[in-house]
Amino acid sequence: MRTIPAAEITETVARLCQQANYLLPQDVRAALTKALHKEESPRAREILTQISDNAHVAQERSIALCQDTGIAEIFLNLGQDVHIEGDLLQDAVNKGVALGYTMGYLRTSIVADPLDRVNTNDNTPAQLTIAIVPGDRLEIVVLPKGGGTENASALRMFPPSAGWPAIVEFVLETVREKGINSCPPLVVGVGIGGSFSAVGKLAKTALLRPVGSAPADGAYAARERELLDAVNALGIGPMGLGGRTTALAVHIAHAPCHIACLPVAIAMHCHSLRRMTETI
Amino acid sequence: MALSFAISEFVQQITSIRAGDDLLLSGTLFTARDAAHKRLAQLIADKQLLPLELANTVIYYCGPAPARPGDAVGPCGPTTSTRMDPYTPLLLSQGVRATIGKGKRSASITDACRTYQAVYCVATGGVAALLSRKVKRSEIVAFADLGPEAIWRLEVVDFPVTVALDSQGNDLFRASEAGH
Repeated sequence: MRTIPAAEITETVARLCQQANYLLPQDVRAALTKALHKEESPRAREILTQISDNAHVAQERSIALCQDTGIAEIFLNLGQDVHIEGDLLQDAVNKGVALGYTMGYLRTSIVADPLDRVNTNDNTPAQLTIAIVPGDRLEIVVLPKGGGTENASALRMFPPSAGWPAIVEFVLETVREKGINSCPPLVVGVGIGGSFSAVGKLAKTALLRPVGSAPADGAYAARERELLDAVNALGIGPMGLGGRTTALAVHIAHAPCHIACLPVAIAMHCHSLRRMTETI
Repeated sequence: MALSFAISEFVQQITSIRAGDDLLLSGTLFTARDAAHKRLAQLIADKQLLPLELANTVIYYCGPAPARPGDAVGPCGPTTSTRMDPYTPLLLSQGVRATIGKGKRSASITDACRTYQAVYCVATGGVAALLSRKVKRSEIVAFADLGPEAIWRLEVVDFPVTVALDSQGNDLFRASEAGH
């Protein structure tokens, strides 16, 4: 048993919220550089150059990459031999979000009630996903998720007979209709399986994998390549103004599901795939 | 090659601006996003005095992040324009000459730009830190209680945009789709 003070969780979450919003991860930068080499259209090249310049300015000045500093999607991998001392875990996390966003010059984009729509002014509450894992450590992942790409995300329950071809069509239809408004080049997270409530999370966890990495399962690696090629063949391009790079990557996460179901979710993400991890 | 315009000239010459033009704008932009649009529309419907004169203005769909001390403004990139579509024809009818945002809009906006002789421009989404460097001064002019959704006046220099819809009914996104 190892004791982690709740205050340490709060401090770590606050720091991660800031760093995630200021620093574009290395895997995303590498994918953007690769995309720039592939593009010939001057407009696509100009947009990719702006994206890379933006990452430099944000890092140098410790300011947000995007004014939409997102809803704080936080994933905790909590070792089952950890004892948390002090605040309730979710309170410790939300205190960290409030601290990180208000002290870090990050926009507060959360309204307390979806219909009354009054801003909570500290970006809480976070969207929290907790997994219990072996060991005595706590891994914290912060993914600030913008509202525009949330609106472009989608979930559909297919009959099992629909199979892989229906999934390909669903992804292409969603990117065709909503990709332009999601600040392409995109990273598309696809969740397959689980249940209605689980598949959205599954799609989001797919976004956490390093861009440019392949899944261990070769069949899924091939499916990801097929989807990426098909998405890029749409020609939507950077910011929807044409080009070869509509998406930097398509990632699939899959899970067992009911014999009657084939749940599929698409977590759309923009080029600013911000995420930061720390283990306590 | 981008064309440089003072915003005062830009609004005077709006009918000669074409979809596909790359522009560097200098002058005043007013930010407004979802909640500010809703309030403006309500004030217009109620025939109330507006907190700003809309004639010949350029509206920028943006809710800036807070500024660090010493910075003119916080990160301030465009938000998705299509959410403002229900309000845009009304605002254009009040004299707004151009809107700036990101992404494709509904067909009603192509028509409204033709009817009211206005244009819609796009700025690159997700480069808010870079765009904030083009803003020299900023202040809240209305609806401060809306927090990030307040209306800000931004004084910009060489703010880069591309014209997506012009006053003649041309649409850069449609042209780009037809190109592949």
